[in-house]
This record gives sequence, C-alpha cells and structure tokens, in this order.
Amino acid sequence: MPKSNSSDVADVIVVGAGVVGAACAHYAARSGLSVTVVDRGPVAGGTTGAGEGNLLVSDKGPGPELELALLSTRLWREMEDGIPAASEYEPKGGLVVASSGAAMDALRTFAAAQATAGVTAHEIPADGLREREPHLAPDLAGGFHYPQDAQVQPALAAARLLRASGARVRTGSEVTAVLTGPAGEVRGVRTPGGDLHAPYVVNAAGTWGGELARLAGTDLPVLPRRGFVLVTEPLPRVVRHKVYAADYVADVASDSAALQTSAVVEGTPAGPVLIGASRERVGFDRTLSVEALRRLARGATALFPVLAGVRATRTYAGFRPYLPDHLPAIGADPRVPGLLHACGHEGAGIGLAPATGLVIARLLTGGEPPLDVKPFDPGRFTAAA
Amino acid sequence: MARTPAELAGAEPDPPFEITFDGRTVTALPGQTLAAALWGAGILAWRTTRAGGRPRGAFCGIGQCYDCLATVNGTPNRRACLVPARPGDAVTTQEGHGHAPLGV
Amino acid sequence: MPRSASEPYDLAVLGAGPAGLAGAVAASEAGLSVALLDSSGQTGGQYFRHPAPALRARRPHALHHDWPAFARLRRRLEAGTTDHFGAHHVWTVTREGDDAWTVHALTGADGDGERPVRIPARAVLLATGSSERHLPFPGWTLPGVVAAGGAQAMLKSGLVLPGRRIVVAGSGPLLLAVASSLAAAGADVPAVVEASGYLGYARHPRALATNPHKLLEAAVHGSALLRHRVRTLTRHAVTEAHGTDRVEAVTVTRLDRDWRPVPGTGRRIACDALAVGHGLIPQTELATTLGCATRRTPDGTAALALDDLQRTSVPGLWAAGETGGVGGWRLARVEGELAGLAVAAHLRGRPAPGGRARELRRRRDRLRAFADAMAAAHAPGPGWTGWLTDDTDVCRCEEVTAGRVREAAGDLGARDARTVKLLTRAGMGWCQGRMCAAAVACLAAAGTAEGTVPPSAERRPLAVPVPLGVLASEPE
Repeated sequence: MPKSNSSDVADVIVVGAGVVGAACAHYAARSGLSVTVVDRGPVAGGTTGAGEGNLLVSDKGPGPELELALLSTRLWREMEDGIPAASEYEPKGGLVVASSGAAMDALRTFAAAQATAGVTAHEIPADGLREREPHLAPDLAGGFHYPQDAQVQPALAAARLLRASGARVRTGSEVTAVLTGPAGEVRGVRTPGGDLHAPYVVNAAGTWGGELARLAGTDLPVLPRRGFVLVTEPLPRVVRHKVYAADYVADVASDSAALQTSAVVEGTPAGPVLIGASRERVGFDRTLSVEALRRLARGATALFPVLAGVRATRTYAGFRPYLPDHLPAIGADPRVPGLLHACGHEGAGIGLAPATGLVIARLLTGGEPPLDVKPFDPGRFTAAA
Repeated sequence: MARTPAELAGAEPDPPFEITFDGRTVTALPGQTLAAALWGAGILAWRTTRAGGRPRGAFCGIGQCYDCLATVNGTPNRRACLVPARPGDAVTTQEGHGHAPLGV
Repeated sequence: MPRSASEPYDLAVLGAGPAGLAGAVAASEAGLSVALLDSSGQTGGQYFRHPAPALRARRPHALHHDWPAFARLRRRLEAGTTDHFGAHHVWTVTREGDDAWTVHALTGADGDGERPVRIPARAVLLATGSSERHLPFPGWTLPGVVAAGGAQAMLKSGLVLPGRRIVVAGSGPLLLAVASSLAAAGADVPAVVEASGYLGYARHPRALATNPHKLLEAAVHGSALLRHRVRTLTRHAVTEAHGTDRVEAVTVTRLDRDWRPVPGTGRRIACDALAVGHGLIPQTELATTLGCATRRTPDGTAALALDDLQRTSVPGLWAAGETGGVGGWRLARVEGELAGLAVAAHLRGRPAPGGRARELRRRRDRLRAFADAMAAAHAPGPGWTGWLTDDTDVCRCEEVTAGRVREAAGDLGARDARTVKLLTRAGMGWCQGRMCAAAVACLAAAGTAEGTVPPSAERRPLAVPVPLGVLASEPE
C-alpha cells in the first residue's frame, strides 16, 4: 500500500467533480472542512457537461423537490466569490406556453398550486405572449411567466465552485474501492494513484452513483435517462426566456422508458440557442437518434418558426441520473456509516446543486439541515424491500 | 513559364460576368466559386468577427473552417468557397453572426 | 445489378477522392450496386480537385502530376453503374440493423438545399479523407493567411491565388507540392519554411527504398522549386504574421529540435499572402459517432483502426484512404480497391478475397510503412507553443485566446480538449474545432504532469450543420 502523507488525508472525500460534487465541496469547505474531490474523468465530464444549466422552479409542483429548488434559487443568487457572473448566471425567467385552452387551464391549476408553495407565476394571455417573446408562434393559447427561473453555464459553474472551494481536486483518478474500518465505517477510498483517507465519503457520482454505492457495499437504484440537446449557430438574442411547452412538466414526471420529447428553447449569452428536451431510458447508449433530433427540431420550430432557417451546428447526449420516485438521494446511507449520498437529481442537478451541497455540509458538521431532508433519505429504496 | 493560373491550366472559359461586393462590381468566371471570384479581384475579407470585429475571408478553401461565411443576396452564412458565383450575385460583408435583424 | 428505387444500395461510398473512387469502381465492377456521395459536385476529392467544367481548362493535368491515373479511374466509374451523388453533404449515418444503414445527407453547393436525402445501403465505405492540421501563431487570423491546402484547392478549382508573393510554411510533404503549384501558376514564393528537417526521412531508409515513386515526387517538386528559385528553410517556422487588415510580412524564426523558437533568430520576410499547414488529420467523425475504434498515428492524430481487409471495428463499416491514416493518394487508391473487393466478398457470403487482394494488401503495407515514416518525421514538436502569445486567437470561430485556454488548463483544471471547450468555448463554433482541436489538446496537455495527453478522437455527431427546418422535416 502506498505510504500516506498529509495530502492524502481530508475531513471528507467527494466522489464526483460535476456540479453537485462541486457544490458539496464548496459548502463543506465553507463550513471549515478539508475536502478532496475525486473523479475518474475531468471536471464536469459527465452529466454536468451535457446539461443546459436549468435553475427551474416552474416545472415543479408543491413538494420536497420544489422546496429544494426554491432554496437553491436563493443560494445561486447569493453565491459569493463572483461565481454567478463567472458562470454566466442569468436570472432571465421562464415562460411556459400552452397550445390549447385545455392546456392553459391545466397550467392555471398548476400555477395556483405552486403559488401556495412560494412560486411566483404571472398569467400571460395569448395576445401578451409576443410582447415578451416576439418570435413565438402566433397561434398559442397563452402561458405563464416564472420570474424565479434562471440559467447558468453548468461546466463553468462546476469549475468555478470547485476553484472557490479550495478543495484538492484529483481528476482522472478512478475510485476502485471504498475503504472501511472494522465496524464497516468508511475510512476513505482507493484510487490507482494511492489511498485517500477521510472519515466521510460523499457519493456525488451522479448517474454513476449506483456503481459507487455498490463499491461501498450498499445500493442505490440510479438509472440513466438519456437526453439530447441541439445547439444552433450563434444568433443575437432571439429567445429572451427559457421557453417551454406545457407538456414538458408531464414528461419530466413520467416513468416511461420510451422516447418522450417536449420543446424547451432558450438563448445563451454566447449566442447559440439550446433546444431540448428528450427523455428515454436506453442505458448508457450514446448512439445518435435521428428520431429524437427530428422531434426536438420540430418542437422548437413549432414554438419559434424563425428557427426553421437556423442551423444546428452540434448535438450532444447526456445521461440524467434517474431514481424511481424522481427525487434525489441526499443524506447518510443506512448501511455504511460515513457514506453520504448526493446524487440522483435527474435533469435538475444544476439547479438543485447548491441546496444539496448545503444539506450535505450541515449533515457533515452536525448542523441543522436547512429543510426537511426525510423525503431524500437514501434508505427509502431499501426500507420497502 | 505561366504568368497566371488560367494560362497554366489552359483555361478558355465562357465570357466573364459581373457580381457585386458591397456594391462594387467584381468580375467572375463561369465555374468559379464566390470566394475564387473575390480572390481574383484581390478581395481577401468579406466578413467581420462576432467579438472582435476582425476581418476574415477564405482560409481552408474546402468548406471546413467556415471562415469564408458571407451574406449572399441577403442570406447570411453562405460558405463562399463552396457556392458557385452566378451573374448578379450580391455579396455583402457579413457582420458577426449575420442575423442582426432577428435580434429582440 | 438492377436495383429498384426503394431497394437499398449494396454499398454507399462516402467520399469521391482516390479511395472512394477506387472503392466504388472495384465494388461496381464486382457486380454491386453502389452509391457514391461527395460534398463536391465533382469527383476527385481534395487531391484531384480540378476546375469546374465551365472554366474549360484544357490542361487540368498541369496542376496534377498524376492526372492520367485519375482520368482512368473516372472513366471506369462512368462506364459502370455507380450512382454518383455530387453536392451531397453527409451529416450522419445510422445503423438500422445487420447489413442495413441509412446515409443522411443535405444537398446543395454548401448544404443549403431544402430537401434532406436518405440513402439506404447494405454496407458503407468511409472514404472521407483528411483535413489540414493547424497550429496557431500571432497574426494567423489575418486575411491573406490561408491554409496551405486551401491555397492549393482554390488554385486547382478556381484558378486563383491569394496574393502575388506567397510564403509557404508549416510542416509536411504537402508544403513542397503547394509551393511548386503556386510558383508554376505565377506566384513569387520567397520561401518554403519547414519546421522539421527532411533528414528525418533518412531514419527510415527501407521505407524510402521500397517506395521509389515518392523519391520521384520529391525530385519533381524539388526541381520545380529550384526552377522557380524557391528557398527552403528547414527547422524554421513562421512565428508571426504582420499587418492590420491583411498580411504584409511574416517573421520567420529558427526552431530547436523540439520546435521551440530560438530567441533572436527572427527575421522578416515581406509577402502579401502566407500559405500555412502542419500536416493532415484523418476525418473520422462519421465513423466515431458510430462507435468505430481509432488508433494513434506516429504524428499524434487519431485515425480509424482497420483490419487487414479495411474493416472498421464496427461490422458493416469499411474505411479506406486517409480516414484510416494519412498516406497519400496511391495508398488511398489501393485501400479503396481492397475495401471494394472485401465488401463484395462479404455481401456475397464469400471468404476473404484472394489473388488481386493479396497483391493490394502487399502494396498497402509497403505504402503504409512509408506513410508512418513521413508522419514521424513531421510530427509537431512540443515546443511550438513557445511562439504563442497569450492574446493569440487559438479558436478562430469563437475568438478564444491562448491565454484563456491556458487559464482553463491551469486554474480551472481542464486537462483535455473537451473540458477546455466546455470552459472556454474553444471548438464550439461553426467549424466545431476542426481548425483548433489539435492546438487546444496540446495546450490542455501542457497542464498535466505527464506533459502529453493523447488527443481523444473528435466527436462531432453532426458532421455538417443541419438547418432545423430540414431536421424537422425528416420522415418519422
């Protein structure tokens, strides 16, 4: 066994250099802990680098995920060290549009329920839509504006959070074992470059969180839910908000493995427009799906006809970490003392990262969690078995 | 020794025709791309970059670098090194992304 | 073989350069139905690029030493039943099942056509060639600084030059050919500036001795350069291009063995154009999107990994020519023919082809050995980044400077081109990193303990930009 030295010892090891791992490192370090972040790939090399950077409350109904999102929304806004600006943080708001009167009624009911949980939503009548989004198709029935929705560039956000945390970052270093003591308690992790020691290990391995759980002798049923994003040529600001069709909310909540798509369109400070969102459970298969791209293009051009003449210059696939009840696992593992999970955020990981990091930091330091964490208990999947 | 590329290749093209670049008349030969016609007139730049506003023209010459993007007859982002010149074509210097009218 | 319109082709050949032409001809003559696609309207690829018919060039051979070989291939193609789809820009290939592929293409001179095309085929031969490798230097984005192969392409197809006094610089055997063509077409070429020494060839005497035509080629270019009084400076590089709105002069600096510029050795050469390139990179994106494995070539590029019969690692996909490693048009032609024969044998359920194929394999191996020797001799040295200033644009499309790439590789911990791209936008623009990926990979690797990181094979799931309206109109 390689000899350990001080750089191999920390208060906590975070496995995963995506945005959730970076946020865990950030808040843990601010709580005075020494942190080492390990990832087999580069910074933001997994789902973070394939995300659009959504910080959304608009797509969440009342419940624990919305509470996590509302806290995150505030934390993103209040983040220090220039992180928001350096991460292209834009509090641009969301606009959810309905194509029919019935869909508009459903949106109205949804928004009314959200209002009781602290979400601000303004109804926009059909004739008010184009004032907010001049390129929107003329035949829509109306929509809701959500001023709390925002966007960041996720890879920059992860890299800046990590940098600000001051954590030791070991990328390109795969965890091959979780080290445990006589009582089964966590002692650290093994990597090809040597053992790293810490009394706590945070599983922020995202879609690969199930693999890390297995290495630690426990389990977490994280499954990949594939999504494609289409990216256009650089444009001036043609889309002001994050604009999406009302059926997106139903797709997010669905448990189907089959391909689902709903139009999500947004501009970026750099110029390109990002187009989502597709969902399908096909394992870790990156094969290009022309059908998924066709549907994304059709949805986007139906909302914004002007995009028909615009070219997609690239596309990429990412794998959302999906847990069966669509809620992340945040908290202590029931079987392995010292192991905490912070993964399974599905398509909302960028948005939910700060609140997740804060919860983990509080749990590590014995503080009071900022919200009720029971719904995110990683033990909820094993309890029933 | 050949003085010009056309002499070297023994080219005897059909009569030349006219296109315009920013309103100025440029002579093109049938079979030339827009980029070739512009080079033939000593014009090496026909767009400016998005961030720095720097002049650019054809670089790779084979349709891969997209540096030769031009606004042709009002349509932005045409690859001038691939698009054949046609009589009356109006090439205008493309500024940045070329889509300013779409901005909101 | 007669084929109804709805039936798949036996073989779709992507690329109508020497490899694709030879592959299409061999497969067609073996009785297969063949679709040959190329983004250009004409066959020939980059090497045999030639003027459009309307230019009525009576001596296209004046621009090519090997024109008769191309003319023969073209005649055989035209005599056969191959369907040639010119001006078809393949944006992806999808697998539909065993021996079932769909080739998705845009149409029009620059892919601007309204109607997308889908061509079904039982096998696919990737003959997509190569593109130039570029190493940035201060001033390389000035108008008048053009790719070496680009200058030659514009000359061969459009009969034009970027200037009157053209410095040719970079590395690789292409430079001599470019300088000869430019000089023959009337340009004044004050210098050919080669970063390597040609002495590198001498380390591979066997490869040279068994490839006499390469010596002949070098002699032809050499004598042409002598005739035009072109000076060749080895172990030198253009380390800066000067000018405001176009290039007016370049600084040429001596390099050490690692391509590090030697301080105090720079001198200015006046010119009104610079043709520059640092070798060629296999174009592999259609293949890597389909999961084809790659190998690292002696000069640090990623080429498709191929077996003895030109098969990629994905059953049903063959490759020939530079996409499997840069090696010149003769190698491409040999590989194309071999692949065509191999596909025919596969589709007929016959064993691996013998006879002719054995001879082709022998020639391929000999030419490949020579190509590897050339690649090793011209592999960029790690010191080239020494001529980059922090304000030099590395990514031409997104105007990302070397300083920003270095910051991402330093402070932000990026160690590979993909992460640099995510953090800086280098490689995210129109060309999708085709011009800057090699340089970005070097700069990212400079931050690692090892100093070098093998460049990962480029992933570009959209091989060309696709209008959203066209994508939306794809059939379900």
